Amino acid sequence: MSCQTTQKLLDGYLDGELDLVRNVEIEEHLGDCPACSEAYENRQALRSAVRAGAPYFKAPAALEKRVRSAVREASKAEPAPRVGSWRWLSVATVAAAVILVLVWAPVPGLREPSGETLLAQEAVSDHVRSLMAAHLTDVPSSDQHTVKPWFNGKLDFSPEVRDLSSQGFLLVGGRLDYLAGRPVAALVYQRRQHFINLFVWPVARGSNAAEEMLARQGYNLIHWTKGGMNYWAVSDLNQSELHEFVKLLH
Amino acid sequence: MEERNKRARFEQVVLPHLDAAYNLARWLTHNDHDAQDVVQETYLRAYRFFEGFRGGDSRTWLLAIVRNTSFTWMQRNRPPENTDVFDEQLHSEESESATPEALLLAGADQELVRKALEELPAQFREVLVLRELEGLSYKEIADVVNIPIGTVMSSLARARQRLREALVKCLAKES
Repeated sequence: MSCQTTQKLLDGYLDGELDLVRNVEIEEHLGDCPACSEAYENRQALRSAVRAGAPYFKAPAALEKRVRSAVREASKAEPAPRVGSWRWLSVATVAAAVILVLVWAPVPGLREPSGETLLAQEAVSDHVRSLMAAHLTDVPSSDQHTVKPWFNGKLDFSPEVRDLSSQGFLLVGGRLDYLAGRPVAALVYQRRQHFINLFVWPVARGSNAAEEMLARQGYNLIHWTKGGMNYWAVSDLNQSELHEFVKLLH
Repeated sequence: MEERNKRARFEQVVLPHLDAAYNLARWLTHNDHDAQDVVQETYLRAYRFFEGFRGGDSRTWLLAIVRNTSFTWMQRNRPPENTDVFDEQLHSEESESATPEALLLAGADQELVRKALEELPAQFREVLVLRELEGLSYKEIADVVNIPIGTVMSSLARARQRLREALVKCLAKES
């Protein structure tokens, strides 16, 4: 193994995160190379200094009490499922929608080459916002027969809602969101700790389009058009599992 | 009744990570008062999200919320921290000292280490705290910080380099 490769992997070696083969290669190299060996010793010395010097701050005793009582208050105040709530349409969403309209107004049609990029950006923003602002779902339910009718009267179309729990993708609920300059259905699924937002809305015109895979800011996106509907799936899940999810929807 | 079950389960699953939550919040906000507020807000958010949590690693799940809450908190209540890009020219000077680096580091006193870590930009500080103090794996760090697992090692490498250089500079001056 070269010095360059060794130096690049040295932190992984220190943290015990390399596979066995790499580990052995690095050990051999360190035995022969004083420079890399010194670099490794420096890292070890830093680790010891940090562990000895940087305190682990334990929570003060009063904090547990405070947290418990805050949660108790919140659980008392918790309303029934927020069915029909339009609170998601926060100022930020409206502002984003206005900006979107302004940005897209001069663009004839959304099928411009940059349309996909803009839409991908917007879909990722929606996904992130849904996770950050405690607005993951408006109708939290793992029952497709609860989620689907909830959209009635809120959208001018009816999205298909599939239960994929037996395949390892749990339905968490549904939400109204705003994408491509219009209200869309957002169906939320979960795989382990990873959430998937599936945005669905009707196509203006045109035929089916094959799946396309994109990556933005560390999120994976897959979009396609089928049966007169646009579908955009966004998640921090890895590509192959997100692809598996999309295949199940077909 | 359902609400009571939810709370009981929440307390059982999430409350044991109070120290981890406080430690991360403390390192990100720099003081006890803000850290306590952040932790309280974190638990309230976590409680609202709890229906969406279906098992898995509750510690990384909670720490991801601590992190988001801390940054939102800082944006709201603090002037932006200095997040200068690493200036190779400025920071890559060789230390003048003849003492081997490892020896210098071995002599670093606790106060100095703590201060150097406090002063690192947040993106470097958080990965070091998660790795060295919380003992998280690369996968867990990726989940908390929301970066691809492939970039955890290089983030840590850069963070360690920054910290080492800051320490060696101070120590070389002293010796």
